[in-house]
Parts: sequence; C-alpha cells; structure tokens
Amino acid sequence: MNIIVCIKQVPNTTDVRIDPVTNTLIRDGVESVINPFDAYAIEEAVRIKERCGGKVTAITMGPPQAENALKEAIGLGCDEGVLVSDRKFAGSDTWATSYTLACAIEKLETYDVILCGKQASDGDTAQVGPGISTHLDIPQVTYVKKISEINEKSAKVERMTEEGYDVVETPLPCLFTVVKEINTPRMPSLKGMMRAKSAKIIKWTAADLEADPAALGLDGSPTRVVKIFTPEPRKGGEMISGSPAEVAKELAELLKGEVV
Amino acid sequence: MDYLLSESQVMIRDLARKIAQEKIKPVAAHYDESEEFAWPVMKILAESDLFGVYLPEQYGGLGGGILDMCLVTEELSRACGGIALGYAGTGLGTLPILLHGSEEQKKKYLPAIASGKRLAAFCITEAEAGSDAGSIKTTARKEGNKYILNGTKQWITNAGEAEIYTVIALTDKAKGVRGASAFIVEKGTKGMEFGKKEKKMGIRASATREVIFTDCEVPAENLISREGMGFIVAMKTLDTSRPGVAAQAVGIAQGALDCALDYSRTRVQFGQPISSFQAIQHMLADMGTQIEAARALAYSVARMVDSGAKSVSKESAMAKLFASDVAMKVAVDAVQIMGGYGYMRDYPAEKFMRDAKITQIYEGTNQIQRNVVAANMIKETLKK
Amino acid sequence: MASIKVHLEKCTGCTLCVKACAFGAIHMADRKAVIDMAKCTLCGACVAACRFSAIELEKAAGPKKDLSAYKDVWVFCEQKKGVIQSISAELLGEGRRLADKLGVKLCAVLLGSGMEEAAEKLGERGADKVYLVDHPALKSYQDDPYTGVMVKLVEEFKPEVILCGASTIGRSLISRVAIKTNAGLTADCTGLDIDVKERLLLQTRPAFGGNIMATIIAPNHRPQMATVRHKVMKEAPVQPGRAAEIVSKVYPEETFASRTRLLDIVEELGATVNISEADIIVAGGRGMGGKENFAQLEELAKVLGGAVGASRSAVDADWIGYSHQVGQTGKTVCPKLYIACGISGQIQHLIGMQSSKTIVAINKDPDAPIFKVATYGIVGDVNELVPALTKEFKRVLNK
Repeated sequence: MNIIVCIKQVPNTTDVRIDPVTNTLIRDGVESVINPFDAYAIEEAVRIKERCGGKVTAITMGPPQAENALKEAIGLGCDEGVLVSDRKFAGSDTWATSYTLACAIEKLETYDVILCGKQASDGDTAQVGPGISTHLDIPQVTYVKKISEINEKSAKVERMTEEGYDVVETPLPCLFTVVKEINTPRMPSLKGMMRAKSAKIIKWTAADLEADPAALGLDGSPTRVVKIFTPEPRKGGEMISGSPAEVAKELAELLKGEVV
Repeated sequence: MDYLLSESQVMIRDLARKIAQEKIKPVAAHYDESEEFAWPVMKILAESDLFGVYLPEQYGGLGGGILDMCLVTEELSRACGGIALGYAGTGLGTLPILLHGSEEQKKKYLPAIASGKRLAAFCITEAEAGSDAGSIKTTARKEGNKYILNGTKQWITNAGEAEIYTVIALTDKAKGVRGASAFIVEKGTKGMEFGKKEKKMGIRASATREVIFTDCEVPAENLISREGMGFIVAMKTLDTSRPGVAAQAVGIAQGALDCALDYSRTRVQFGQPISSFQAIQHMLADMGTQIEAARALAYSVARMVDSGAKSVSKESAMAKLFASDVAMKVAVDAVQIMGGYGYMRDYPAEKFMRDAKITQIYEGTNQIQRNVVAANMIKETLKK
Repeated sequence: MASIKVHLEKCTGCTLCVKACAFGAIHMADRKAVIDMAKCTLCGACVAACRFSAIELEKAAGPKKDLSAYKDVWVFCEQKKGVIQSISAELLGEGRRLADKLGVKLCAVLLGSGMEEAAEKLGERGADKVYLVDHPALKSYQDDPYTGVMVKLVEEFKPEVILCGASTIGRSLISRVAIKTNAGLTADCTGLDIDVKERLLLQTRPAFGGNIMATIIAPNHRPQMATVRHKVMKEAPVQPGRAAEIVSKVYPEETFASRTRLLDIVEELGATVNISEADIIVAGGRGMGGKENFAQLEELAKVLGGAVGASRSAVDADWIGYSHQVGQTGKTVCPKLYIACGISGQIQHLIGMQSSKTIVAINKDPDAPIFKVATYGIVGDVNELVPALTKEFKRVLNK
C-alpha cells in the first residue's frame, strides 16, 4: 500500500510569547516544528504500513528548511520525504497550496491513502486536505477518529461530528484528515533519527511539477490580505479578594446578568 | 556545563529527556503509589531504541558505550528513579554477557535486549551475602550437559519482569569465591520461581523479588566464560555498571533540584518569592554545584570505561559513592526548601528523597565503595 | 510570477512593515526597508501596514473576468436529521446585513430529504429566496452529493457571496466547492463587511496564531466564500409569517452519486459534550490538582447550567476527556461566561477562549497570564473557592 502523508512546518506555539508592549507575537528564536495535528497523520500512516505493508511518503510544501520536518517524519517511521519548494509558490493561499500538493502527489507513481492533519495550527483553515482530494478527484473523509478496517480496496472509518461520529465506508484511493483522538503518536526512534540524518529528500520545484504557472503562488490564489491589525487587547479587569465566602458572594452579585 | 558529547550522544540525551519529561514525569507519582511495573514506559523506551544505545551494532545496538547508557539513565531518573531502574537494571543484567559472553551467547541474547523485547536482571545478593558477596550459598552442580542450580537470590531488581537473568552460583563450594561461576538463566526455566514483590521505601515502580532455584536445570552452554570465573565476571560487571548508578543518582538529584527551584520561584513568603532570600539561594547554589561535580565525575569515569581502561574499580566506586551521597543531600535539601509542601506527597520532592536513599545502598553500599577506593589508593602507593 | 518590491523613494524608514511581518522577513538598512526574499511568503501584511504605499505586491494579471453576472448572498443552511442547525440562523442574520449593503437578495440553500416544510420557515429568518434540493441521497451529509449539488447551483445561479458554518460539515463541503468553482475561501471569519464600491466581501479573521487580525478579500473571483464559527454572529430574529420564494431544483440522478457510503450515525451523549454550544463554561486546568477535583467543577457547572471545559494539561493528565479541551488543539469557545479554574492561561489556551463575553479567573499565582484577560480575577485556592461559588450560586439561583 502506498501511503502519503502531507505535513506542514509551523512555528512552535509552546514557544510563542506575546510582547507585552506591542501585544504581537514574538517570533524571534521560535523553533519550527511539525504541525501538531500532522503528527497524528504521520503516526496513522505508519500504523497503516505496519498493518498492511507498503511505503509511507511524507510530503511538504514550504521553504528549504522544511526539509527538517521531513527528516523528523522519517525519524518517526516514514520511508521517504518529498519537499516541494520554489519561490514561485510564495503567497499561496489554500487554493494554490492544495493545487501544488495535488500536482506533487500526482507526480508520485501511485497512492492508495493520503493522510493530513485536520488543520494546521498556524492557519487553522482545515481547507488544504479537502482541497487536495478535490484537485485529485478522489473521495475524502474528514475528521477521522478511527480507521477500523483497511485493505487494498477500501476502508471503514469513523468520522467525528459535533454529536458523536459517523461510520463511513470508502473505496481507495481516498484522503483522510485525522483528529487527535485517532492515536497517540509514538516517540521518535534513535535508528529512525539516524536513518533520517542520512536520508535523501526528494526536492521538486515548480518546473518539476508540470503545473499550470498561473495557478501557483500568489497568482494562483483567489484570496489576498488587504489589512493586518492588532486587535484591542483584552484588558485585565477587576481583582476580587476576601474569604472564599465573601468572594463567592461578590462574584454572584457581579455575574447576575450572565447566569440567569 | 558542556561535556563535549558527540552528535549521537546529544541525540540520545535529548530523546531520553523528551521521553522522561513527556511520558514518565506525568505518571511517576502513579507508579510510585501503585508500585506497578511501568510496562507502558518500557515499551516506549524499547520502540525508541534506547535499550540498545550501549550495545554493539552487530547485535542490533547503536554501538555506543557506558556513557551513552549513563545519559539515558540520568534523564529517566530525573523524572523517576524507579522507572529508570527497569532500564538500568537491564543494563546490569546484560553486562556479564556483553563483557564475558561467548559469540553464540551474544548472538542469542543481545539482539532481544537491544530491541527492548526482553529485559534482563543480575542475581548475586542473597540473604546472608550482601556486602559480603563472597558468602553466597547458591550452588550449580554439573550433570552431563547441564548445571543444576539450587538456592535463593534476594532483592533482585527486575525479577519477575525480566526474561534474561545472569546468576552467580558456586560450582565448587570448596574453593569459595574462586569456585563461583556465572550463568544465563531464562525466565520460564523449570525450577526457577519468584518470591513475592518486596515493599520498599523508594524506587517503588521498580520490581524487587526473590529468585528461587530448586533443581533448576540450565544448559551447560549457558555458562558465561569458564567455571570459577563467576566472581571476576561479577566484579567486572559492577565496576562497569557503577557509573550507571552514579548517573541515576545525578538524575534523581537534578529532578529534586528542578522541583525545589521551580517552587522557590513561585512560593511567596514575606511578600516575595522565597528564591530572593539568600538562605535559599545558597542552598540552591550548593545543590547545583554538587550535582555538576557528581555529573562531571560520573561522565569522566564512564568515558574511562569506554576507553577500555584496564582497571576502573577505584574510579567507578568514587563516582557511585560521590554521586549517591550528593543525591541524598540534595534531595533532603529540596524537601527542606519546600518546607511542609516538600513533605507532602502532592509534590515529588519527598519521592526523590525516598528514591535517592537506595543509591547509597545498592550495587555495594557506600561504605564498601570507600573500602574499594581506599584499598586501591593504598595499593597504588605500594607500587611506587 | 508575482513579486514584491519596496519603492525606496517612498519608504520613510518608519518600520511599520517590520512590525507587521510575521515571518521576520523585513529589516532596515540605511533607514529603508529591505525584504529578505528567502523568508518572505508574499502574504501582503507589509503592504497593508505601509502608510506610504511604499511596498508593492505585484500579481500577474490574469484574464479579467466578468464578475457582473454574480449576485445575491447565499447561506448554506446545514441540517441534521431534518433539523436546521442554529448556525444557519446566525449566518442568515449576518447574511441579511451583507445582502442589504450590496442591495441584493438573501438566499438560503437547503439540501436534504423531506425538507419542504423547513424550507418555508427560512423566510421567517430573513431569507428572500430558498434554493431547495430535496433528494433521499441528501438526507445526511456526504461529501460527494453535497459538493455536486452545490457546484451545480453555484454554476447556474451565480451567487456573489456564500456563507457557511465552520462546522465539521461546513468546512468539509465548502472547501471542495471552492476548489471546483475556483473561488476564494476564508475560514473562521470573526468579522464580515462589504466594500460597496468594489462589491467586495471584507473577511476578517485571526491570523498567524491568533494575535493579529487579517482582512482578506478575493478581488477577481466569485463567489466570495467565508466560513464562520458557531456563536460568532448574532441569530437573525424570527419574523412570523414572512415568506420566502422557494426554488426547488431537480438534478439528474448521477449528481447524487457518492463514492463513500454512510453506514451509521452514532450519537454520543455526554461523551462528546459540545462545549462550543454552551453559554456558560466552567473550565479546569493543571491547578485543579487532580482528577477527583474535577467533580467540583461539574457540580458548579450543573448549578449554572453550563458545561465543563479543560486546558490541555488537564486533558493530557487524563483528568477529563479530549472533547472538553479548550484552546488551540481543542475547541474554540465563546460563551457568555467562562470561569477558568486553576488555568494559568498559556497562549494556546487563551486563543480558544478569549472572545468569551465575561471571563472569571481563579488561580493561586497572582502573575498567571489568565488574569490579563479576565474580567474578574481571584487569587486563591480553587479547591476552596469553587465549592464556595457552588454554594453561593445554589442559594442565589434557588437550586
């Protein structure tokens, strides 16, 4: 089985601090990590490989340093990594990003399963996964919390909903976006990390993809940012002190409007 | 302090630290309370290849040495000294095979240990043979192509959980320590049983049991080295493993200091964090300095072992002795800094204190270590 | 190919662009802005920030499309088991405002089976027109038939704007429709407005991790699509008797074909508490000290008629299930009242709850970041204060 996992390198938000003066994110010294949701996709991809045999290819679109994310993915059990990187991709919104990744996936020989994290922690759009499946014209199941059955032809999965879950059967190839509940990602292994260190990452540029240049990067992106602003910071309010009973009493009075 | 670790040692240390902080720290109190053996953690260590860091590549290891093992033990102990012992105890049980085993024995046992599929244990102590290890009573009688073992080993770390045991037994009672031999005994061998699990002060996540041999038949090919070499195997094993105990002690001390340091920065008394008081600062400074000294000594001795030095008895005894005394002192001070909170089981400080104590006792009490150090010093002056 | 450049003669060296760049790609050299192309992602934040029009983002001009055929504001009305979800009423409220600004009709789009009666009701929520596609295959959400029908509707009736809920259904569906119709889509908008002159939908959303807001447009593509999270917009008022024109569409059978097959719909009551629906949330963090103390939160939540939320560390410690997690890797909530108990207020948590109307924080550390966003803060022991609050509210609310 050929399994593809799409990953993204994002700033590590556990490092992110807010500048108390400007109320903006301090990005200096913030390390880049694999999008936390993609870690579940990587783990699930490796588990499918362990179950059914085959190969896991991690793929990412990003700047040259995104190679590190692919190496980390190899350390976690992926077999190879593909870095799609070109200045021509700069300014891509989710439309152009999913188009670019779809072109790269089509360039790989075959695929049975494509896995993505449900969304990226820096953009939070949840649009790229469905975008890829649409460009490739394959079925998708989003918010997958369990892959209960999978073979060369089809899969049975549980799709998380607001109220519970749907049980969905799909033919392969299919794209799944996965949620945190699907697994507990394993720790990297030393042998995997050593292998990753020497692993050769496949690198493709826009020319390699044979993509429509008008559909790439900023030119291929329907959306554009026109304004950036810092929202009014929420002001810290009133501190209440006293014994627990006094505090409770005062708070109950203050919250009268909210609790009835 | 920069110990000029190699690239792969940094990788090993960082991975062990990540696992310790993310997977062990949150469950340390649970396993201490329940006294269960932390199999889920052992599985993670296995999958991460940490069990193989000090084993040669041809047996599935990563080709590192004792320093690599020490780095792992230290980081794991920083989160839980008891859980770390499942790892370190396996190292101790493996060393006789690694140091003195035949090619066949290495091929048979080391790959499963390197992959973490099987844990190991080392059996020497008996009810009447503690510091005086020479007075062991367990016997191994040769009958055809097997040895028949009889006797009871006491306080064996990993007993019942491990699958590979290296056992010291007398093949010739008349010769005393020169009549001792080392054997590999696999769990499940007929005539091998385990006693009940001991209830301990600390390292409660570690399993400690008796190992009882009653006409236990062990194939002759499981004899390590030659008959009569048992004590040399044991002593060489302990000389090699003591930097590991030192590393465990350094880890426990560091864990206790982490805890006290965090607390002192957030605990406010007299209107300010207690870390702003010089009384606390001096305690913290001493703790930090002592830990660094212990770590430096432990790493140096580990490097000396890895360099192939002929005799490391004195140095490894020094490292174990010094680091474990530091661990005890630092852990007691950590509790002191935290006052009443330190004494409560809600905080890990008291656990580090209970865990620290064993490092002064096992693998040779610190009194025995001092004997070894002094004896070697005197011997060295005589040579001059 | 698109490019970005600084017009040095216009640059005053004010450094506004340096501050606006989320990727650290701009620095000052000789008091002029210099863009490091290795880091620049052409996001346009600096262009928007520059007050002197000194930075220009050039985009290859595609063939100019005729956008004039596109009109009306559409709202995709999500239904489950034949019941129109409350998010639809919120979107109709917002859609009404946008449609009025544009001077066009507000249309509801309803896909389902046996939905005629429900369709009629949408007029009361402000819809002028309802596009109804009723077919057994649309009874429950499935990606293929829903996408197929939506694309056909868009191609035939050409809406200017489509709003959709940022729910599991909405996000899956609209992402596919946007690709198929070559439209711009902006997720999780917190503010929507219209540039009347250009007939542009101004879509504002948190960007780069939540502390910067970005306004996004899709100038050359129609429809302009946006998703909005539940509880962000105000529900449209009910106007009894107000009727909408119903446009029922029938499509060939193959439009409804689905490659995936829905085998079962399982509802887990309690197991997945929908905290995003709750008006009051009592949330606990690491400072609660243990699993057993979460029972106190449940009791307080029960008295207040709210739900229990949690920080990531409480979930990771297994004190409560993941469905309760608030924050970046959990759910985003905006209840009327959020009571944070023993939550220090890491940025990841704040992102998920700081738009709550009133925030009460209880923490023993007076410097905890949570107090910076709290309407009311209390420094103290949660295990004393929570029971005291429960007792007091029981009294006040006569429970």
